[in-house]
Amino acid sequence: MLELKNISKTFFPGTVHEKTALDNLSLTLNEGDFVTVIGGNGAGKSTMLNAIAGTFAVDSGSIIIDGKDVTRLPEYKRATLLGRVFQDPMMGTAPTMQIQENLALAARRGKHRGLKWGITPQEEKDYYQRLKELDLGLEDRMKAKVGLLSGGQRQALTLLMAALQKPKLLLLDEHTAALDPRTAAKVLELSDKIVEENHLTTMMITHNMKDAIAHGNRLIMMDAGHVVLDISGEEKKKLTVPDLLTLFSKASGTEANDDKLLLS
Amino acid sequence: MAFLASLLNALPGAAAQGLVWGIMAIGVYITFRVLDVADLTVDGSIATGGAVAVMLIRGGMNCWLALLCAFVSGLLAGLVTGLFHTKCGIPAILAGILTQLALYSVNLRIMGGKANQPVGVDKYHLAVSQRYVRDLSLENPLPLLLVATVIVVVALYWFFGTERGCSVRATGANANMARAQGINTNANIVLGLMLSNGLVALSGGLLAQFQGAADVGMGRGAIVIGLAAVIISEVTFGKIFRNFGLKMFAVSLGAVIYYFVLQVVLQLGLNTNDLKLVSALIVAIFLSVPYWKGKVAHKKGGPRHA
Repeated sequence: MLELKNISKTFFPGTVHEKTALDNLSLTLNEGDFVTVIGGNGAGKSTMLNAIAGTFAVDSGSIIIDGKDVTRLPEYKRATLLGRVFQDPMMGTAPTMQIQENLALAARRGKHRGLKWGITPQEEKDYYQRLKELDLGLEDRMKAKVGLLSGGQRQALTLLMAALQKPKLLLLDEHTAALDPRTAAKVLELSDKIVEENHLTTMMITHNMKDAIAHGNRLIMMDAGHVVLDISGEEKKKLTVPDLLTLFSKASGTEANDDKLLLS
Repeated sequence: MAFLASLLNALPGAAAQGLVWGIMAIGVYITFRVLDVADLTVDGSIATGGAVAVMLIRGGMNCWLALLCAFVSGLLAGLVTGLFHTKCGIPAILAGILTQLALYSVNLRIMGGKANQPVGVDKYHLAVSQRYVRDLSLENPLPLLLVATVIVVVALYWFFGTERGCSVRATGANANMARAQGINTNANIVLGLMLSNGLVALSGGLLAQFQGAADVGMGRGAIVIGLAAVIISEVTFGKIFRNFGLKMFAVSLGAVIYYFVLQVVLQLGLNTNDLKLVSALIVAIFLSVPYWKGKVAHKKGGPRHA
């Protein structure tokens, strides 16, 4: 479903700020994979997701989504294949637009946007049902501006938006990191539900090792711009946090620093 | 009493001016508030609209058709700014300033090298003219300008409700989100700038007919008047008008209020040479009001320090 072939990206090349964020990274995701991604700060996790989404162009290598080479496609064209939820709850929605308008925008991802009315009565009914399933009371506030919602409500809405047009790949970039623990758990639960119901191929970055172990069928660990650990199936199910720390120190060749992994 | 009488006498003219500039202000609203781009093309494109309309009418074209051409000239001006910004990576403000500067020369070319080209209402059939502003006849520009404003507002309300229009609003509200939803934000920014400057030039075409001449300097400070109208409308009607269409209509009313205030100030003894100074001050005052209001609310609501 996703194939990253030797992608590299260096920011600010030739300056004192030069930073190799992705270093010959290769990764293949099978259809239906739910991969959790962990790694220290600056390991390249977000950079990898942004490279896939096309926020910037990679220096070398190729990115193939669902058999289609998207390496040279601009961000808005790749969006057709992707669903994204960001770390910052402000980033995934249009604050000055209504809840239902945001949903209607997402429902037209990858479709021609012409001079037909932006939202149909049929859609409104559909969105009412879907919002009701979220159980956040949003179904009664469909005409409210999204800017009035809390961070958790926004992330839930963004998740719903990401799945309205079934994406080939769902990218979750630490989408619970800015939320309080209870809301984070709820949003995570919702993510699981949406991924399962729609059989989405998913990549989820998290700083929480427990979450990384508890969710998905596969876990990868990144360090210095490439994948240093790739665990799936039964092996992943048996994994514990101390295991992960040991594996990390072995894989990266440095002493595992709990703070770096857990608290950053 | 004499002061009041002459003020009342000047009000219809001020209202008409306000409505003409109101159409430009709605154009400014599209870039400034909907797209969240500060576009300074306006000072040039309003004069372009005036020049195009006047020269075409002088050449024998129907005044309505000439207005349509003025609108198209504005679309092109917006296109240039849009391409400077999206294709050449020039910051929006600078892109607008560049187009505005270039348009000065273009406008002189359109006007045959002259800084001023008259279009007399005796000689030509015009859509609006300030001569009839106090007449009780069909020639009176006020009802026509009001209808024109309503048409513009309704058309824009429709457009911004369509799929495409919604995607333009999303581009202004959150470009990151828009791209993640597959929206070509650059194309939408260009489209918004075109639409905005089209309206600005249309307003210029009306203004030139209204005052009976196109002038190469007629756009100087136009952006300030546009911003003034937007901000006055928000300060005055922000709490009453929530609907998008009404908000745009309020911008037009904002321009009318601006011209009323200006008229009062002129009646108090300042002359037309002081207009730019007065304009700048009016805008500064209306911009300050929300800020001061916020400060007062903060003092009242916040904890008191002994």
